Amino acid sequence: MSDRLAVRKTYKLYVNGAFPRSESGRTYEVADAKGHFLANAAWASRKDARDAVVAARGAFAKWSGMTAYNRGQVLYRVAEMMEGRHAEFCEEVAAGEGLSGSKARAAVDAAVDRWVWYAGWTDKLAAVLGGANPVAGPYFDFSMPEPTGVVAVLAPQRSSLLGLVSVLAPVLAAGNTAVVVTSKERPLPAVTLAEVLATSDVPGGVVNVLTGDAEELGTWLAEHADVDGIDLTGAPAGRAMEFEREAAGTVKRVLRPPATEPEWTDDPGLARMTPFIETKTVWHPIGV
Amino acid sequence: MTSLFEYAPAPESRSIVDIAPSYGLFIDGEFVDGTGEPFKTVNPATEEVLSQVSAGSDADVDRAVAAARRAFTRVWGPMRPADRGKYLFRIARLMQERSREFAVLESLDNGKPIRESRDVDVPLAAAHFFYHAGWADKLDHAGLGPGPRPLGVAGQVIPWNFPLLMLAWKVAPALATGNTVVLKPAETTPLTALLFAEICQQADLPPGVVNIVTGAGDTGRAVVEHDDVDKVAFTGSTEVGRSIARAVAGTRKSLTLELGGKAANIVFDDAPIDQAVEGIVQGIFFNQGHVCCAGSRLLVQESVHDEVIASLQRRISTLRVGDPLDKNTDLGAINSAEQLARIHELSDIGEAEGAQRWQPDCVLPDRGFWFPPTIFTQVSPAHRIARDEVFGPVLSVLTFRTPDEAVAKANNTTYGLSAGIWSEKGSRILKIANQLRAGVVWANTFNKFDPTSPFGGYKQSGYGREGGRHGLTGYLKGATHS
Amino acid sequence: MTHVLDPGALSDDTRVLTAPTPPYDDVTRSDSAFRTFLHGLPGVDQVGAESRVAVLGTRSIKTTSKAWAIDTAISMVDLTTLEGADTPGKVRSLAAKARRPDPSDPACPHVAAVCVYGDLAGVAREALGDSGIHVAAVATAFPSGRASRAVKIADVEDAVANGADEIDMVIDRGAFLTGRYLDVYEEIVAVKEACGDAHLKVILETGELVTLDNVRRASWIAMLAGGDFIKTSTGKVNPAATLPVSLVMLEAVRDFRAATGRQVGFKPAGGIRTTKDAIKHLVLINETVGPDWLDPAWFRFGASSLLNDLLQQRQKLRTGHYSGPDYVSVD
Repeated sequence: MSDRLAVRKTYKLYVNGAFPRSESGRTYEVADAKGHFLANAAWASRKDARDAVVAARGAFAKWSGMTAYNRGQVLYRVAEMMEGRHAEFCEEVAAGEGLSGSKARAAVDAAVDRWVWYAGWTDKLAAVLGGANPVAGPYFDFSMPEPTGVVAVLAPQRSSLLGLVSVLAPVLAAGNTAVVVTSKERPLPAVTLAEVLATSDVPGGVVNVLTGDAEELGTWLAEHADVDGIDLTGAPAGRAMEFEREAAGTVKRVLRPPATEPEWTDDPGLARMTPFIETKTVWHPIGV
Repeated sequence: MTSLFEYAPAPESRSIVDIAPSYGLFIDGEFVDGTGEPFKTVNPATEEVLSQVSAGSDADVDRAVAAARRAFTRVWGPMRPADRGKYLFRIARLMQERSREFAVLESLDNGKPIRESRDVDVPLAAAHFFYHAGWADKLDHAGLGPGPRPLGVAGQVIPWNFPLLMLAWKVAPALATGNTVVLKPAETTPLTALLFAEICQQADLPPGVVNIVTGAGDTGRAVVEHDDVDKVAFTGSTEVGRSIARAVAGTRKSLTLELGGKAANIVFDDAPIDQAVEGIVQGIFFNQGHVCCAGSRLLVQESVHDEVIASLQRRISTLRVGDPLDKNTDLGAINSAEQLARIHELSDIGEAEGAQRWQPDCVLPDRGFWFPPTIFTQVSPAHRIARDEVFGPVLSVLTFRTPDEAVAKANNTTYGLSAGIWSEKGSRILKIANQLRAGVVWANTFNKFDPTSPFGGYKQSGYGREGGRHGLTGYLKGATHS
Repeated sequence: MTHVLDPGALSDDTRVLTAPTPPYDDVTRSDSAFRTFLHGLPGVDQVGAESRVAVLGTRSIKTTSKAWAIDTAISMVDLTTLEGADTPGKVRSLAAKARRPDPSDPACPHVAAVCVYGDLAGVAREALGDSGIHVAAVATAFPSGRASRAVKIADVEDAVANGADEIDMVIDRGAFLTGRYLDVYEEIVAVKEACGDAHLKVILETGELVTLDNVRRASWIAMLAGGDFIKTSTGKVNPAATLPVSLVMLEAVRDFRAATGRQVGFKPAGGIRTTKDAIKHLVLINETVGPDWLDPAWFRFGASSLLNDLLQQRQKLRTGHYSGPDYVSVD
């Protein structure tokens, strides 16, 4: 081991393609599973959430307007970039979740593979979810999936990387932009993932990562009129119902939390994409 | 326009319907008295009381849900899917057999022209049953994930604008997927749902599979909030939709909402103008504008504004407003005094805000609830008649100069149910259709519906789809499809 | 509207175009200008047009309005015989029918015109006398129109000389379909000139034009060229007068009057056999162009068997019981 003094990383938010500190100036201590200090994370505020929504809305037209092929390549690029920082992720996951080296590696592997899985979905959704409708008249009628828009994602509290990727990647694969609130106590892999995203051809604003407290930020996002959908997976116990009620105020699409956080290793299927997909049906007469 | 050619009255005979002086609730296969305060349903064209109808109390709803649960557990759930399908085919056929009766009753209770109830509502309602009947034993092959299973008891609340058709949109997919139903029709239009209950009896549908509980908002709330309901489906106003979403928050209930709209109908300068004018008329005056997907905001390219408005005014002058049972009526009665008041209020606000109101010369009947076809020009996007859903025969006309501006204005709404595009240029249609944030886009047509074609909104127009393969997902466990 | 032509034009074949119709003075100045104009007319969506007429087809015309419609329809009939086997006797019997369609009821109106081939126009003229019933003759190498311009003009002149006061010409569909719109136009202008005082009905033969866009363009060519009526069909080609075609042609005469101030008449012909068909057309007029066209001066039915169906329906309304084919004359 070298006796060189390490250069530590400052863990910041990721908003609109940049890495700002919280506008509130707040930070909080992040500890490892044994309670030892790891870093100070930015403690995102209501205004950070607001900025993140503006960024996500601004990025929506570009991201959803890309060809599905292109979006798939960008998501695959995320997997490539993650692979390159594999060791760093393993270290952060192991520390934050208190996993052995091999279990942490397995989680990081699975997270990388999950990007690959979703990267391959982008250009198949329309075929699987859309189609022609044989209406009883001289009309060409077809339905196609489109992204819902800006989706707020309350990431799982326990699984700080695999869980995070498992809720974020489907939202992106469907063409949405995201405002992610990370695990409160295990936020560090999310910030590293943000660094990966920033170097992965994902346009700025498509993903915005807020470290901090989902209990506090969840309300603002659930109430925010320019948020179209919300994934409550990481909502603190007892608050999901309240967030769902608040989300009802603007008829948001709500993905309810599971009773307990799953293992995230199962085949994800389509179930995390379809809640944030709209079906558009277009009619046109058939004549000469 | 004064005409040489006056059409003599051509009323459809109402002798085909036999309206009872009072109706009970339809629970567990039988008509039973409700324990709530009964209410009267009137013919909005004459204000004549048609019948007295039971209101379902909490206890009545409880009985209905219990009956639905029993039927789900013992009969309908375990039944061979092919047999479920056969019941739905029977219902479809019975509706076709009694279609004239349904049409006349619908026009009496709702006020819509017999031409529409006869040629649109009733045939489409029967078609919905026919379509979904076929799905009942093919769900494994629908591409909705492995082994889709029913949710259980569906609580369904429907509006007054298409009473029978909305019933069909709700009941047919629910039954096809193996659920049982407690349906609450709208307070002002319960009669065709009660006639449908008779159809269920004629079809020998097992008791409890379909339960119909009439009443007002409280009855609907009891259905939506009942603990033993697994699925809530609602069509109606965005305001009520929000409160339902709040009510089911934190429960296991699956929810689909089909809410309001303020659709843009975009007319480009290269449109087929005569058909566009028809489409505008069809878009806003179909069913007196009591249509959630009505094309209530006309966005017309400035270069053809005057031509389009002149044609539109000429065309509107030929609309025949009056007796809903007259076969030549184009515009019937407004469904209720309450709705009429809202249309008056928003129209008056439109005028006060500076928009120009135009209405044709048109004699309205003395009794009943009536509003003439109306267009507002010089409407700005900030005006309330450009933003609020009027749900009446009132068109707001706005203009645009470029395709980008058209899209920006079209999407500048909290709703996202439908939109229209009129242009003869194919690539432009596809581009604009892509950019519109709306669940149904009609290009060179408007207000077309089909059971095979998914219908539903973006944004605050709701979520979930009705019709087509997509419509099944809202009634199935683990169906991975929206 | 009068058309001032160089009197020598026909003989030396250096024709001056008709005085164009404001505001369309310059659209016929060249092939390309005319093409640009015609292709700039609003398109017609076929499905939309069909669904519009389908809705109008559900109009229920009963009792007094039906009686009015039947009498009006009778008065608008161009009672037609266009067979190779036509003879003076056949034409004379048709003329008698035209004057007194229902011998049992003097209140029954007479028809608008008798329509025959040009060589029999004189027979018709003589048989109709001072009845006020017009003599229409088909001309211009009807029904195909495949003859030289000189032959067509001679055909017209012959019919007029024989006493026709209405000429039903056919357009050159070959020229139209190859995009030679100006040729089509100039031929109509020439025929109009040859008509003299006779009214000119221009047959588009819409069954050969196929698309409604073509129907609209051909309608405008005919109106700009000075046609007094535009007419759907010869009756020799299927489909003939369909309701969507009638809708588009009615929209054309409506728009033309709005733009120029000149009213052009409309005549659907071929395939209109029943009272129901006729009433659908009257409804179409009523709700598309309005009552100004509900007059034999502006609207005609080109038909043969229609009249007897109208008469049977008329008898039913008058007597209260159904009539039969033996209660109207076979002509």
